[in-house]
Amino acid sequence: MPEFEWQFTLVLLTNGVMIGLMYALIALGFVLIYKATDAINFAQGEFVMFAGFIAAGAAEILGAPFWVSALLSVSGMVLLGFGLERVVLRPLIGRPVIAVVMATIGLAAVLRGTATLAFGAGTRAIVMPIGDEPIELGPVMLPPVQVVGAVVSIVFLAAFSWFFLKSRIGIAMRAVADSQQVAMAMGIDVRRYFALAWAMAGIVSALGGVVWGTMLGVDNQLALVGLKVFPVVILGGLDSIIGAVVGGLIVGIVENLAAGYLDPYVGGGTKDFAPYILMIAALMIRPEGIFGRRRIERV
Amino acid sequence: MSGDVNGGEVSPGEAQLAISGVSKHFGGVRAVEAVTLSVRSGELISVIGPNGAGKTSLLNMISGFYRPDTGNIVFAGKDITGARPSHVAALGIARTFQNIALFAGMTVLDNIMLGRHVHMKAGVLSSFIYWGLAQKEEIAHRARAEELIELLELEDLRKQPTSGLAYGLRKRVELARALALDPKLLLLDEPMGGMNQEEKEDMARFVLDVNQQWGTTVILIEHDMAVVMDISDRVAVLDRGRKIAEGSPGEVQRHPDVIRAYLGTAKERREAAAA
Repeated sequence: MPEFEWQFTLVLLTNGVMIGLMYALIALGFVLIYKATDAINFAQGEFVMFAGFIAAGAAEILGAPFWVSALLSVSGMVLLGFGLERVVLRPLIGRPVIAVVMATIGLAAVLRGTATLAFGAGTRAIVMPIGDEPIELGPVMLPPVQVVGAVVSIVFLAAFSWFFLKSRIGIAMRAVADSQQVAMAMGIDVRRYFALAWAMAGIVSALGGVVWGTMLGVDNQLALVGLKVFPVVILGGLDSIIGAVVGGLIVGIVENLAAGYLDPYVGGGTKDFAPYILMIAALMIRPEGIFGRRRIERV
Repeated sequence: MSGDVNGGEVSPGEAQLAISGVSKHFGGVRAVEAVTLSVRSGELISVIGPNGAGKTSLLNMISGFYRPDTGNIVFAGKDITGARPSHVAALGIARTFQNIALFAGMTVLDNIMLGRHVHMKAGVLSSFIYWGLAQKEEIAHRARAEELIELLELEDLRKQPTSGLAYGLRKRVELARALALDPKLLLLDEPMGGMNQEEKEDMARFVLDVNQQWGTTVILIEHDMAVVMDISDRVAVLDRGRKIAEGSPGEVQRHPDVIRAYLGTAKERREAAAA
């Protein structure tokens, strides 16, 4: 049945692309912070989870319609981004990288705990007013959530690419990332740009939280999508938006192909670790990722 | 006080920049020790001295990168001692760096436009809301950047990434970027370091043009004595963190402490080479 095989591959690839774009959206939050502040945010998954909780909580507890709860999630995460930068991360500016890493790991635990405390341990739902009739594209059936997620991803990835390449604020942000000292000598208030980066990561995380929350349901497990950020950004490059897209697509596709072609033979499981094998290989071959900036360091 | 030569010394009242009794120690190293220096508006003053004399540390204190341990710095009537670098820049003090510090991966124009940053009013939100206003502002700043590109003869390089440029050109772009701040005071840290004779002459001409045409005050750190003596109104000499002399180029050259500081190091060098 060669034709069936071909269709099966097409389905796997299309799903991989859709999921991959949604990974890219979450990875974008990570990249924004790394690009602007050099900080590695280990709480990215928890940001997404927390955003999902705000959206689901607003809908279930307040009875807010979908758009209102999505908007509440975005504004809540912007505030959280600003707040965390001010209270937790700003005092750590100039400290060794490990201090920031540990702080974000701590933050992750705090966010998980706070979410459970505020919203309970049960799984909550986010309901997008788009129905769940699958969208047919030839042989491929796509859940509407995935299509919305992919579209949101593309729009925001493009918007942020433009922002860094062309807008004044974006260029200033790149300057800050390149050399804080020189940026300061240009009159750029570095701390404002750090705050802005965290707020932007908050926006992206909120979108990710709503989309992923709709697909998977909202509970503590939602934070686990954050773990996929690491293979994505290592493959694509820690500081590259286009790298987040390409890395996301690679991870999404590899995951789906593994699920389709390998899992049936070994009884499952390869889907979950295939991206990480790729990540380890990438670290050995090209540690700065496909699009990452190679840092030349003098020893 | 420090140095016998007081020719041309500035009274505090007429100083644009007044540095008084400023010190900076790093552990046991006295990088700068009780330095007092006043600079008149429109003056071109050079700070010279052997390596490790504290020249760059002094500049770093003016531009806010180091907080002085003692003393204070007043610019245009405002105390800027320990002020943040971005604040100092906004007040009208621009600088270049000893090691070229252009933003990598950006074009010449991007770099120069970043120098306009302090003059751009539209903030993050307002630039999204009042799109037209931000655009209009952008055009005005772009015009200023063009003037500087013309002044520094960088016309052909606008869209080139700075990382690929020759050394002398990158120094020139860095000067253009500092000038883009429209500074009242320009701090230049070895703008001619590592240049060949022709590039040095070009750079000296640019610095003089800026100083004379726009009346921009310049504090210049430079090792090339011919250039320093040629273009400076006044010269201050630092040695081991202390100011040992100050005056016109002619006065400073004849000053016994200066001769000792320079020849001394040369003698030590000879001895070290002989050993």
